[in-house]
Amino acid sequence: MKFTWFNLMPWPYLPDDFRERHRSVWVDIPNTLYDPRKGHHVYHTYLDQLEYAETLGFDGIGCNEHHQNGYGLMPSPNLIAATLARRTSRAAICVIGNSIAGYNPPIRVAEEFAMLDVMSGGRLVAGFPVGTSMDTNFCYGQIPALTRDKYREAHEMIMKAWASDEPFAFDGKYNQLRWVNCWPKPIQKPHPPIYIPGGGSIETWDFCLDYDYNYSYLSFFGYLRGKSLLDGYWERVAKRGKDDSPYRAAFAQIICVADSDAEAERLYAEHCLYFFNRCLHVFPPFADPPGYRTMATVKYGALSQLTRARQKILENLTWKQLVDERFIIAGSPETVRQQLEECIKGLRIGHLFCLFHNGNMPDWKTRHSSKLFAEKVMPRLRDLWPDYKHDERWWIHPMDDRLRPEEQRPGAEKKHEEWPR
Amino acid sequence: MKWRMIDTKKGTRCRVLEGGSGTPVWPGYGDSTGDELLEDMLDFALHGWDLVDALGLSRPHVIGHSMGGMIAAEMACLGPRDLARLVLVGPAGVWLEERPIPDIFAMLPHELADVLFVDPARGAALLTGGADLSDMEALKDFYIVTQRRLAMAGKILFPIPNRRLSKRLYRLTAETLVLWGAADRLIPPEYAAQWKALIPNARVQTIEGAGHMLPWERPDPFVDAVVKFLA
Repeated sequence: MKFTWFNLMPWPYLPDDFRERHRSVWVDIPNTLYDPRKGHHVYHTYLDQLEYAETLGFDGIGCNEHHQNGYGLMPSPNLIAATLARRTSRAAICVIGNSIAGYNPPIRVAEEFAMLDVMSGGRLVAGFPVGTSMDTNFCYGQIPALTRDKYREAHEMIMKAWASDEPFAFDGKYNQLRWVNCWPKPIQKPHPPIYIPGGGSIETWDFCLDYDYNYSYLSFFGYLRGKSLLDGYWERVAKRGKDDSPYRAAFAQIICVADSDAEAERLYAEHCLYFFNRCLHVFPPFADPPGYRTMATVKYGALSQLTRARQKILENLTWKQLVDERFIIAGSPETVRQQLEECIKGLRIGHLFCLFHNGNMPDWKTRHSSKLFAEKVMPRLRDLWPDYKHDERWWIHPMDDRLRPEEQRPGAEKKHEEWPR
Repeated sequence: MKWRMIDTKKGTRCRVLEGGSGTPVWPGYGDSTGDELLEDMLDFALHGWDLVDALGLSRPHVIGHSMGGMIAAEMACLGPRDLARLVLVGPAGVWLEERPIPDIFAMLPHELADVLFVDPARGAALLTGGADLSDMEALKDFYIVTQRRLAMAGKILFPIPNRRLSKRLYRLTAETLVLWGAADRLIPPEYAAQWKALIPNARVQTIEGAGHMLPWERPDPFVDAVVKFLA
């Protein structure tokens, strides 16, 4: 198993009556709720946590891209990743990822991801989400019905740019560049591991399998609800005649560890409820503009998000519900181990994106939970997939002789050095 | 496909394409397919002219409502000598910064009627064919049909219904009637003045007691105004 410590970077100062006063945490959230001076402190707290996670032994540290969003402070995850590249040297840096349909031209993503891969010594995991409709359509103005086509073209340009050793002309429908010539290029060959985060579009499965990319199901609603979707994915994997390595799939899970189950509730309940009540309060039409999902997916899925009932569920959630229905995995190390094992085996996943910081959780609690997990839970879940112990197809392949910039003081004297040959 | 003759008050006759099975419907609407072939404003406008050719018409009058008005106006800019007269009914396609149009792509199903109709309760019944949207199955049916249409419309209306038609409207030399529902809450009547200012030969008529869905809300005064203009 590979464990990645992931921070969504929520804004921890949403008011108690946020739900009642505002229709959405995303897109049209009043930006007067953001305070840049507090933001300074928040960024450094979150960045410190990501660096701390490396010292705890997590395999990866992760960030993602959201815009105009109360639970995400990373419109540019690449800036976050750049700071991590300088201050860490072992963990994979998982940028899950850049919403490539929104970049004009998408060569920018090929360039920035290459920069990150080179700076980190080959530790980049590159995520290419279609992007939520909130981000890609409502904040970045892409036409919903054409978003997938534009995504497909952006992906083609980026992969070709990384693969090609010569300048080429790209005559796309949305992007025309006469001279595509990626500079710098990534360390990892033929390219960094590629993760495709999906929220449940069935087309994404085939796309992942066409190129052998990792399929990452990012949900905040836990493994019981994720099961039918992952089952559908694995069925598709079998139908396509691909091997069933669990490393083909990743899942995101909110995790809270304490000394006992009761202690977990005492420490973490208010912060998890903050996340579900306030951070997930999204005006439903922003999540599903006409054309964003294909008709096949619309017909496949339920419309529950449009009903008042669904909104009510989030409003009146209790800790007991969160735990009993496994939206979150919380409790003593033994409880968490047992439920996570069920999650990992049930979904057949080789990668777990672990969400330890939730809502407005203070730094000390986040570290406490992460540390307990790293010491008492992670070691016991490491070898759940013995048959695939050496399957590194979906993981980073860093340089052996990479530098460790985090160990040097910026002002220290350096010996005279020529450029390495 | 059926044509019907209409007698105008002045004694001239018009041949009008009647709704119903076999009537051409815009791709992405009803059971009309081929929507994937139309991607941008030029595709839309040329498809309009393709239809005129396919029907074997010469210099027809063209009438367009809402997004249809945007397409009709664009057609008229492309081929100003290929049509007779033009009627634009609450057309989309122009954007006034001081009067932004509500975002129909960010509305709950039950909110649509509020901006489209002067009488939302009656409008909701018209929109859904009387179905009850609190019933999950009815909601799903309504949702799928609406999503398909609006997905298509989004290609020229999202995120802002402005594809730079304003700079081409000087080419629209056909005699034009701009019809507007006085209580239009989607594209407010201020827009009528802007269209009049941009089109060389346009007059504006406002109809009381109607919102954006004027032809459905006040069919009689609407038909009267159109027939009178075309006569």
